[in-house]
Amino acid sequence: MTERKIRVLITKPGLDGHDRGAKVVARALRDAGMEVIYTGLRQTPEMIAEAALQEDVDAVGLSILSGAHMALVPRVLELLRANGQGHVHVFVGGIIPESDIPALLAMGVRAVYGPGTSTQKVVEDLRAAILQENHA
Amino acid sequence: MTTLAEEVLAGSRLALARLLTLIENEDPQGEAALDRLFPHSGRAHWIGVTGSPGAGKSSLVNRLAQAFRRPADGSPPRTVAIVAVDPSSPFTGGALLGDRVRMRDLSGDPGVFIRSMASRGALGGLARTTPAVVQALDSAGFDIILIETVGAGQSEVEIARLAHTVLVVEAPGMGDDIQAIKAGILEIADILVLNKADLPGAENALRTLRAMLELGRPPHEETAESLPVVWRPPLVPTIATQNEGIAELLGHIQAHAAYLRQSGGWQVRDRSRLQTQLEELLQTALLKRWRSSLPEGQYQQILTDLQARRISPYQALHSLLGEPPLPQSIQRGSTALFNA
Repeated sequence: MTERKIRVLITKPGLDGHDRGAKVVARALRDAGMEVIYTGLRQTPEMIAEAALQEDVDAVGLSILSGAHMALVPRVLELLRANGQGHVHVFVGGIIPESDIPALLAMGVRAVYGPGTSTQKVVEDLRAAILQENHA
Repeated sequence: MTTLAEEVLAGSRLALARLLTLIENEDPQGEAALDRLFPHSGRAHWIGVTGSPGAGKSSLVNRLAQAFRRPADGSPPRTVAIVAVDPSSPFTGGALLGDRVRMRDLSGDPGVFIRSMASRGALGGLARTTPAVVQALDSAGFDIILIETVGAGQSEVEIARLAHTVLVVEAPGMGDDIQAIKAGILEIADILVLNKADLPGAENALRTLRAMLELGRPPHEETAESLPVVWRPPLVPTIATQNEGIAELLGHIQAHAAYLRQSGGWQVRDRSRLQTQLEELLQTALLKRWRSSLPEGQYQQILTDLQARRISPYQALHSLLGEPPLPQSIQRGSTALFNA
């Protein structure tokens, strides 16, 4: 029986200590049948890239409420690419000003989810993106 | 073009991570790579860590890995791979793998590789592909492989057949002396750890566990002739969060490895593990082959008959296997015999 499970890393870079959002998303992805690796709080971009590599994940979800996204996200993307994981689907959730979203998308983030996004949308986006990649 | 197996042998962590995914997904490419890697396996010390949920297995694994990386006695650091298994949901197949939360101290160390695994429906505290995953990490050259099981209850004892050394982790307040003398998880301990030894009730728990150990454990098959000396499982109190008792625990782990090597138990465990692995593969493959050889609809028909209670589970089994049903007369005959 060959079964391909979607593996997702849910992680909180930076210094803010609020991981409720990250846990809600992790739980929703689990309930959608995915394998979710949860790292906990205060991860550096280096720690995130290392975990993504060892776990061979399809996607990385970054939950950021601290406002440091324009510093943290590019570093994570850079490290993933340096490790040969440029294909990994990176999405960001949290408090992200509307005006920063185009820049994040331009640097390679696949989706940005603000407060009030339904978890169903996150699940559907992720499934569609990874399905598409496997057929590409 | 280099193969995945060659990249793994050359030390590529990306290739190793990819390989583990292929193995977990039971992909033929993973199998092929394992064939190439297998001759390189058999050198690592496989250490199982099992025990109740919340006993502190992940914190203990974190500390042990640190201790192997920076030995207190000044011996050279050992490389460490960690396989941490958490349960899959039986309803959705999803899983939340949270063991890395307690292992953040290990990040940034190139001599450590952590992989989370979902149990994917297997019982016994491991995933079906855990043995192959550990074999791959062994082939990749790690000295020590720490295998953390699903938080186990009383019968998740698969780890005993996989690891060279099994640590059973308990915490105070998790059971009385009747729990301690039940067969099962405590029996498989090569080393018994009482973690959270600073909590209330620790003294009681230590006393109970010590009494249990003194009752002795039943001889294992392997102890018959192969092990001239008897290993008495030590009881080690630890406080993983404060790094207390870890050096002592490490000493016992190393003593157990030395004991296994000297007594021949290392080879005994290795051989019986390979036999178990073969038998499990065979079982899975035979079942699959047999199911695909069944005429279309026959299985469903018999299942329907069973579910409608027209036939018993045993009758269903015999008709699936194409065997004649048991004659009723045997039953009557034996009753008659009994009455006479």
